[in-house]
Amino acid sequence: MSAIQPNLDSQEDIVETMATPKLRISWQGAFSTVMYFLMYLPILVLTVYSFNESPYSAGWKGFTWRWYGQLFGDTRILTALRTSLAVALLAVGLSAVLGTMMSVGLSRYKFRGKKLYLGMSYLPTIVPDIAMAVATLVFLAALAIPLSLWTIIAAHVVFCLAYIAIVVSTRLADLDPHLEEAALDLGATPVQSFFKVLLPQLAPGILSGCLLAFVLSLDDFLISSFTAGSGATTLPMEIFSRIRTGVKPDVNALSVLLILFSGAIAFAGEYVRYRNQAKKAG
Amino acid sequence: MSQTTLQSQTVALTETGSDVELRKVFKVFNGETAVRGVDLTIGQGEFFSILGPSGCGKTTTLRLIAGFETPSAGEVLVRGQSMLNVPPNQRPVNTVFQSYALFGHMTIWDNVAFGLKIKGLTKAELEGQVREALVLVKMESFARRYPAQLSGGQRQRVALARALVNRPAVLLLDEPLGALDLKLRKEMQMELSSLHRELGMTFVMVTHDQEEALSLSDRIAVMNEGRVEQVGTPSEIYEAPRSPFIADFIGETNLLRGRLAQVDREGWQVETDHGSPIMVRPVADWQPGRGDAIAVSVRPEKVGLSLYPPEVKVNCFEGELQNIMYLGTHVHYAVELRSGEKITVMQVNTGGEMPTVSTQVYVHWSTQDGLAMPA
Repeated sequence: MSAIQPNLDSQEDIVETMATPKLRISWQGAFSTVMYFLMYLPILVLTVYSFNESPYSAGWKGFTWRWYGQLFGDTRILTALRTSLAVALLAVGLSAVLGTMMSVGLSRYKFRGKKLYLGMSYLPTIVPDIAMAVATLVFLAALAIPLSLWTIIAAHVVFCLAYIAIVVSTRLADLDPHLEEAALDLGATPVQSFFKVLLPQLAPGILSGCLLAFVLSLDDFLISSFTAGSGATTLPMEIFSRIRTGVKPDVNALSVLLILFSGAIAFAGEYVRYRNQAKKAG
Repeated sequence: MSQTTLQSQTVALTETGSDVELRKVFKVFNGETAVRGVDLTIGQGEFFSILGPSGCGKTTTLRLIAGFETPSAGEVLVRGQSMLNVPPNQRPVNTVFQSYALFGHMTIWDNVAFGLKIKGLTKAELEGQVREALVLVKMESFARRYPAQLSGGQRQRVALARALVNRPAVLLLDEPLGALDLKLRKEMQMELSSLHRELGMTFVMVTHDQEEALSLSDRIAVMNEGRVEQVGTPSEIYEAPRSPFIADFIGETNLLRGRLAQVDREGWQVETDHGSPIMVRPVADWQPGRGDAIAVSVRPEKVGLSLYPPEVKVNCFEGELQNIMYLGTHVHYAVELRSGEKITVMQVNTGGEMPTVSTQVYVHWSTQDGLAMPA
């Protein structure tokens, strides 16, 4: 048998190598098409149905803007949207300051347990959301802190901070380590050299980190729903509560808007990164 | 001999006023000593180089002068003022960094104007000075550009202008030409030299490139393992190195180690570890005893090579040619002596026919060209 095996193998090899050039291209093309189809079909269906006249998702009854109009008259949706934006803006704003300070501090100072601290600070990006959510809830309960809008914001700062710190640290690692020394050498005080030299150089990193964290915060359902107090309902929570009683066309419309909005922010973030790289390359 | 001229020079310098002085400076990083008791006096208007292999403490020494590091012991003085507890932003020195460290978010103009703006000069006041500095380095037409749009050589010029515009007492240059390619480096060397002459400012340059140090400097300090091994003019350092390390580091040399066998009127006789007897000229301010360890440095360009026994008695050895390297203007020969020592010979390419490898040859050099030093 061992004598036959190599023969079989080599025969297969020949067949494969002969057929490879044509087959490989079509396989890749087909695979990509199927993948993209599966990824974007739900979104496509959702978009189509958001323009459907029929209030039930079953059949197509004609084109309408009605659900979009209804959305903007829905006070519950608008309140939830305002809550979501407030949470995202506050959490991201706070994380931007803390995250930048953390990255700069970690790159500049050497102290005992720095590696451990580094690993721990990036942990929220790896720990499953549900674990984070439960842990935060248990922690808040243990300290008898009443749930409110502020507890959502605090919980969001935890993961936003990690993402922003990662992006800013990457940017910082790319910078010339002597920039601040050069500013000091030219007569600037340490505070001046931070604000006039380091911060402007870090700005693109901070901005793209913020955009990423903003989308993540806006999108979060799990952590928000575990840490929200009464009256503090974010948009994903509102959508989820409505879906339990069947998918309404206005939720479809809202989802389409959210996708467009998140996409625009992600695009803006990528654009900042791209423009910055182009500038670096000259 | 070299010692006495050095001392008289030092005295002369302190009379005219020194710009930088280091007194027994030590620097320890996490238990590792980077700088061990460096004493330096750099005169006003001097082009002074600190030369050494990587890790010898030369950059740390420069950073101690700039104020980015504080000495663990000892004192740094600039223009006679102690720099103890003076932060870098208050020192009358400016640095040109090896990486240039230009501010990427500012135009060339704003980069150069940075120091003057910090000092509180108004736009109108600083305009003339910034333009002057840019003209000095021939970068005036690039004022509106950003650093990322410039080549390495152009960034180097901007870094120079950014430091010079502040008119520091001392300009510190940390491997300023290290990142440039050979041709550009030669060009910038010329420009650095003429800038120094024009401005009359004290330049302190750190470099690992001995050729650069020799061609640019008024004086050189050679550092090794955190210590200054020798300070002197380029010719003193090259012609009269005081340690085997310097002889080997500055230029190429044949180092023959051995012991002092006999002291004659004509010179000292040294027996090398391989048993070759060689004659060297005596060193004026050094009296070693018989049997003391001695290293003899013979520059490759001072060694003669011939196919037939030459008519000399001393420092003539038979050997076999092992390698020939054709370098265009010169030819480089590696010869293994009968005793087993290897001698490098460098000869001007005169165009004649070259011997082949494995040829029996004779190498010889005059007593004057063998320089003895403590091993």
